Amino acid sequence: MSKNTGSLRATMFGVSALAGVMMLAGTAQAEELRLLTWGGYAPDDVIQMFEKETGIDVEVTLSNNEDMISKLRATGGGGFDLAQPSQDRIAGAQMEYGIYKPMDLSKVDAAQFIPSMLAATKTNTTVDGKVYGLPHIWGTSGLVVDTKKAADVKDYTDLCNDSVAGKVSYRLKRPTLIGFAFAMGMDPFAAYTDEAKYQEILDKVQEKLIECKPNVKTYWEGGDALLNLVRSGEVVAAMAWDTGGWKLNNDNADITFVAPKSGALGWVDTFALPRKSENEDAAYKWINFVMQPEIAAKITASAGNFTASKGADDFAEDKLKAQFKNSFPQEALDNIKWYPPVPAGLETLEGKALDRVKAAQ
Amino acid sequence: MKNASGSVAGGGLKLGVLLMATPLLLWLLLLVILPHLDLLMVSLRERISYGKYAFSFTNYIEFFTEPLYWNTYVRTATMSILATALTLVIGFPISYYIAKVMRGRGKSVLFLMCLIPFWVSELVRTFGWMILLRESGVISHFLQWAGLVDGPVEMLYNDVTIMVGLVYTSMLFMVVPLVSVLDSLDDSLIEAGYDLGGNAFTVTRDIVIPHAMPGIASGCIVVFMLTLGNYLTPNLLGGKSSLWFTEQIYTQFITRFNWESGSAFGFLLLVLSSLIVWLGLKLSRQTLSDTVG
Amino acid sequence: MADQFDLECRDVVKKFGQFTAVDQVSLTIPQGSFFSILGPSGCGKTTLLRMLAGFIEPTAGDILIKGKSVLGVAPNRRPVNMVFQHLALFPMMNVAQNVAYGLRRRGVGRATIDKKVAETLARVGLPDSGQKQISQLSGGQKQRIAIARCLVLEPAVLLLDEPLGALDLKLREHMKVELKQLQHEIGTTFVYITHDQSEALVMSDQVAVMNAGRFEQVGTPQELYYQPDTPFVAGFVGESNRWQGTFETVADGKAIIRLDSGGVIYTDPTQVTNPDLVAGQRMDVFVRPEAITIAAKGQGPVATSGLNAMQGRVENLLFNGAASSVQLRETTTGHEMNVALPQTGAFAGLRNGDELDLSWSAGQTKCFPNTKPAQADASGEAVA
Repeated sequence: MSKNTGSLRATMFGVSALAGVMMLAGTAQAEELRLLTWGGYAPDDVIQMFEKETGIDVEVTLSNNEDMISKLRATGGGGFDLAQPSQDRIAGAQMEYGIYKPMDLSKVDAAQFIPSMLAATKTNTTVDGKVYGLPHIWGTSGLVVDTKKAADVKDYTDLCNDSVAGKVSYRLKRPTLIGFAFAMGMDPFAAYTDEAKYQEILDKVQEKLIECKPNVKTYWEGGDALLNLVRSGEVVAAMAWDTGGWKLNNDNADITFVAPKSGALGWVDTFALPRKSENEDAAYKWINFVMQPEIAAKITASAGNFTASKGADDFAEDKLKAQFKNSFPQEALDNIKWYPPVPAGLETLEGKALDRVKAAQ
Repeated sequence: MKNASGSVAGGGLKLGVLLMATPLLLWLLLLVILPHLDLLMVSLRERISYGKYAFSFTNYIEFFTEPLYWNTYVRTATMSILATALTLVIGFPISYYIAKVMRGRGKSVLFLMCLIPFWVSELVRTFGWMILLRESGVISHFLQWAGLVDGPVEMLYNDVTIMVGLVYTSMLFMVVPLVSVLDSLDDSLIEAGYDLGGNAFTVTRDIVIPHAMPGIASGCIVVFMLTLGNYLTPNLLGGKSSLWFTEQIYTQFITRFNWESGSAFGFLLLVLSSLIVWLGLKLSRQTLSDTVG
Repeated sequence: MADQFDLECRDVVKKFGQFTAVDQVSLTIPQGSFFSILGPSGCGKTTLLRMLAGFIEPTAGDILIKGKSVLGVAPNRRPVNMVFQHLALFPMMNVAQNVAYGLRRRGVGRATIDKKVAETLARVGLPDSGQKQISQLSGGQKQRIAIARCLVLEPAVLLLDEPLGALDLKLREHMKVELKQLQHEIGTTFVYITHDQSEALVMSDQVAVMNAGRFEQVGTPQELYYQPDTPFVAGFVGESNRWQGTFETVADGKAIIRLDSGGVIYTDPTQVTNPDLVAGQRMDVFVRPEAITIAAKGQGPVATSGLNAMQGRVENLLFNGAASSVQLRETTTGHEMNVALPQTGAFAGLRNGDELDLSWSAGQTKCFPNTKPAQADASGEAVA
């Protein structure tokens, strides 16, 4: 860990020491895997099977990308044995904060992974020649649309149409900026390395989002809150993850996930080892365990997204597969824009753009 | 001999006092002083490149030069003051009623009713408001059912809703100090006020309010601090334009990983709240020791 | 007719639910008099006073001030002011502001207020205290400011709710005299309620003795003391030795009461307020401690039909200067008695166990028919 966060760490250490002493007695004996992950990625039945097979207890902490980085940054990479950040958020965070340790690929059964996905993820998460992430679950974000009430919403920028005024919701987060940039005919990923150019893109997107603001009912924060808004009909078109759309589709056939014309944004959530992982062996055991096709299918059923496990599709539910096919015709599938690693510093530029959007009246 | 035993006893006493003070000192040092010092240090540095930082006032300069931050800061302060004033205006009659008009069971029941919302977490309370106020919510349905409006009404996501939520969340913290200070007001002082020719307004102005001033001040300080530091209520009820300063700090820390400017903002919020509380005390001619004592 | 009275109550009743706090009270208070309402706590005197002030409305009856009914008139519109039990001075104001409060409410000009406040403060003997805070005043000074705060409004009637209760004994004695003098000087009608008989007796022109919501007797302090109308008044006002017995007969113009504890007591039958005296009637008998003459054993007079004579053994000497007394146990009846010692110091050498002859005339013996069962009044024994 770099020196910069040392003083804060010292403070945190002082505070957590008390709690640590108290917890030590109770937790020291049983072997344990502390997992920092997303909702649905570690369903109870899978945990039980894993505990039965290995005798290792799994303690799950739910999180999201930003929260994972913040948590690991605060402890210098401690407190968890395995984390699941998105592949584009590993390299930058590793260079900046040094919160992960390299993967020992010899301990992983590479044959269980879809080769192309494994290769792409390895490339994106390599820092100084070392691999920091392995793919687990992938999915896309795009549009969740009530096809009856908002038939004309085909792309991100259609959310600004008058026909859906006041019945639109999206997040004020970076995917929105990226999505709008693509829909406006620009390529933000290509500008990742050129801050000035990226800023130019951001300025244009910012302007569009401010213009679009009256159309927005609210900027959603939690996935469940958004699903509620769409389910109740208060929102008819939103920017969201594919799983949300499919979940709603189960209840209401009109609502589904639509891959935007300019391309859905593809993400891959990974396995990464926190720098102070205390039980690496358990972490590798977990990875090898959940990548088995049958287990991976169970996780797909719970999370709603497909995994990087080879052959798991055979075990997935037909309904989900049908929904997926429906949302992703071949051309849409080919058009998915996969997030490249985010260089550090871009987030600051994006943040300011988002702030200005939020502040605009 | 006598002296010796005396000094031993004295030493024992000192040790006892020291032992008793230890939790307090530890708390102050570990949870108050150290984190704030650390916050200050973090706020005074600038990121140069990966893992390299230098001392600088950039974060503060940025705050003052970027109208967005500055506006949010002022807006948060203004809304907090307004929310505090509203809480006082609504809470005072309630407290007076509880302390002076109600007797026996009714009094405790009413007090309990003020307390009940605080048995659930702030998140649940806020979601409760959202269920009531949203377009497909209870009040909207009721208004349509009663024929008062034609279509669904959206009552969320504006400043008025933020204000309602903030006042609701803060009410207890205003009512408790007010009830206790009004309870301590001798009824005969109020009666004397009337007896000497006062009416409801003058008695309230000349006798009840001056007596309740320490309670008013402490209630206002607590409510103001809570409101200023509130995150959930403005965020959830305010929707797309909530713009609350704590939200900005949270964003800087958590989603931007920008601990430096987050710390600077945190420090500025501390300065703001201290300044406004100090001003409030000056204006109401109260001292901090009166208020907290 | 009504105009001569500052304050008049006609059959005032106050009920709280089932409980009758004030029951059919009528009173008339002439202008400029010092009127006290004396009674034990819980007798309804505070309720009555609060009705006069306007804080509570009577259930029935009428209250007139200066001949005009004030029913339905709010406290701030009544020409009466009240000195509260704990004075209720406003701690958030200084002395001058306290006194000026009522005038300010009336919208009096500032110059007039200043002048009147200064005058009133001078009248209560605290001319320079205007700028003091309430907390800087002594108990007696607070008392005077509380009165000044009311007097400055020149009320028709000043109501005082046991204002001396919180003071220490010495100050209380002093304030009694001062209040009486003050009332005399300014001539405002005072209505004073208290449970302390000595306050009522010393200060008042007229005293009403109140018990269980009713007035037992209204009269001058002398009347109450020497001619009590009821056993309650006889027992409550001043000290008395009390016996219970049965009326036997009248002989020689004296009524003979046979005591439950043995022996007889002669009383003047005119003392018996009830004319229908029949043999066997239960009686309460009261004798003031100072009415009893003491003599060394064997030197006292012999009992006759006009004179009661008893013997007693000293149990306790209560030396209190001029107000010294002695507690005795009567030899034949075993009854405890309290007897005042002569102020001459003749019995200064008395010791516990000494035996004395006691005597008093039949005329000094008050008795009242007791309609209650014999035991009920036992708690009020001897020294009330």
